[in-house]
Amino acid sequence: MIIKRSIFYTALSVLLAGGIVTAFPTEPVKAFSNQVIQQGAVGDDVIELQARLQYLGFYNGNIDGVFGWGTYWALRNFQYEFGMEIDGLAGQSTKQKLVNATQYDEGFVKEQIRQGRDFSYYGGVPKEQQVKKQPQKQSQKQQENQQKAEGPSNTAVNVPNGFSQNDIQLMANAVYGEARGEPYVGQVAVAAVILNRVNSSTFPNTVAGVIFEPRAFTAVADGQIWLTPNETAKRAVMDAVNGWDPSGEAIYYFNPDTATSGWIWSRPQIKKIGKHIFAK
Amino acid sequence: MKRWILITLLVIGVVGTGVWGYKEHQDKNAVLIQAENSYQRAFHDLTYHTDLLHDKIGNVLAMNTQKRLSPELAQIWRLTSEAQADVGQLPLTLLPFNKTEEFLHDIGDFSYKTAIRDLNKKPLSDKEVKMLEKLYKQSGTIKDELRKVQHTVLEENLRWMDVQLALATNDSQGDNTIIDGFKTVEKSVAGFGEENNSSNIIGIADENHEFKGLDGEKITEQQAREIAKEIFNIKGDQKLNITKSGKGADVQTYMASYQQGDKNGYADLSEVGGHPLTVMVERPVQEAKISLHEGALKANEYLKSFEFPDHELIQSSQYEKEGVYSFVATQNGVRIYPDAIQMKIALDNGDMLGMSAKDYFMNHQKREIKEPAISEEEARSSVNPEVKIQEQHMAIIENDLAEEVLTYEFLGTLGNNTYRIFINAEDGTEEKVERLKATEIKFSRAV
Repeated sequence: MIIKRSIFYTALSVLLAGGIVTAFPTEPVKAFSNQVIQQGAVGDDVIELQARLQYLGFYNGNIDGVFGWGTYWALRNFQYEFGMEIDGLAGQSTKQKLVNATQYDEGFVKEQIRQGRDFSYYGGVPKEQQVKKQPQKQSQKQQENQQKAEGPSNTAVNVPNGFSQNDIQLMANAVYGEARGEPYVGQVAVAAVILNRVNSSTFPNTVAGVIFEPRAFTAVADGQIWLTPNETAKRAVMDAVNGWDPSGEAIYYFNPDTATSGWIWSRPQIKKIGKHIFAK
Repeated sequence: MKRWILITLLVIGVVGTGVWGYKEHQDKNAVLIQAENSYQRAFHDLTYHTDLLHDKIGNVLAMNTQKRLSPELAQIWRLTSEAQADVGQLPLTLLPFNKTEEFLHDIGDFSYKTAIRDLNKKPLSDKEVKMLEKLYKQSGTIKDELRKVQHTVLEENLRWMDVQLALATNDSQGDNTIIDGFKTVEKSVAGFGEENNSSNIIGIADENHEFKGLDGEKITEQQAREIAKEIFNIKGDQKLNITKSGKGADVQTYMASYQQGDKNGYADLSEVGGHPLTVMVERPVQEAKISLHEGALKANEYLKSFEFPDHELIQSSQYEKEGVYSFVATQNGVRIYPDAIQMKIALDNGDMLGMSAKDYFMNHQKREIKEPAISEEEARSSVNPEVKIQEQHMAIIENDLAEEVLTYEFLGTLGNNTYRIFINAEDGTEEKVERLKATEIKFSRAV
């Protein structure tokens, strides 16, 4: 009798569970990867995080795929409102809460981003109303670029404080023109010299000012600065901007085989990297 | 008949070449004149600005009321920066002219610091007035020398293009009037430098070059090799180059570098104590497999293995397949911003790609942290009420006068922007306000 009853209960619970499962189909099959998302991250998980936070009205910025300060505060407020530990990290439990509380239409969001449209993703508002209609003004080339772009669909990037991608590009041009044959560290050192000059009292105070100072860099004088820099030069510049300075705070460097000025030899020398001697 | 056709063609050819050549010549001249003109403008501006600077310093000396003083000092500050910009546009890089530039910078520095000071509370001291008198005299000398050069340039129609040529070819420097004139200016300033050093205003070092955080015994080249091998995690007979830094370095280092396939490693180790100041590893990074967060944990492990004391992660950024992390040291929970360390982690396998601990070893020392004199509530009231404060810490920062001060650090939002605000924990002054901007829209979609 007892056994029978327990079988009955089991059967009942299985039935009930099944009923629940069929009544509430499981949430989006694909939600967040396993990573803990932290400030500064980029990529699809961040797009999803921003979209879900916006769905609940915590996040009011653009859904751009970069975990910046706006996303950080939105996440903390979410954690606060939902009575969780406030750490600004999107870990398993936070992500689970978000998934339970929101719906994420990945196709829609990605489509808007791909089209470069201005859109938002608030819950309870029909999606169609959240896309700004814009005249088809985009140039052919831009569209081609966008179709070509694969991989992460973030529309923004991290930049070191105080620098624009364009400053970095300009520096990469100078580094490539000046030191493309040098080892990687030598390229970082050349970029560091440009930054040291910006900070020095005896040189102009902007990146452009330093680079285009007459007679400062041979690559500027002979036009090699306008060659297209490669990825290595760009990464070297990023490292220098992020604080690496293998030159030892140098503000001059020269190639001893080709240096025409005798004066440069009188500068106190710090070290030699590749073909360049770095000096104070 | 044939001959005539040939002759006509030849004539057309010759005339055509002539016309083309003349046009080219004209174009080239136009470009040269334009370059020359911009040099001339910079030079004449420079003389004008130094002249004006001299006048303004004179005005300050004659002034009695403190009220007018600050605007006048602000003017001086602006003029020095204009003059500096003029110098930057002249082709003088190969000519030693840095003493003059430093002189301009020092006047600017002095006038800025006094202009922002509340002169009603803290008027110019006698020492500072003496300093101004000296600066007045010296700027007068510079002005006179520059005016002399200017006069010769105008009278003899000298061209800056010739200066550029003379400097580039490094000959006939002896007989170029402009170069000589600038050398004279430079020499007279170099003379002031020695005179002024005692007064501690000229020659204020903006950058401290002393490395306070280095301790330990001097290491040998062999020891440097061992340390480098450990850092790069390489074993046995892998070739590793060690070189020593030159005499001009602020701190003597051993530079270790190695190459293995498409992987390059580089490290700067201080001679004193063998501490790693800079580490860089360059290799192709594969598809990212770990998250920025896991990378941060790895970075933390590496820092522990280097035996850095307590530290805190203050910023992390993902650049494609690499994670860059900024740490600052902490002491009893107070963030010490000058003691900063940067780490770079490859997000394919979590290996370290770089570390920069130069700032840390330059500034680190045992600090006595005083109790704050004002409460957090009081500090909060010094923050703009429009800013919504979200987070707060205690922090030590270096202020505009290059002094370390204890502050309350507030992170707050105003509209869509996030600000970091430092309030002095002694007297509640707003030491620093910065807008935190770490992202930018991607201009090109093709990565």
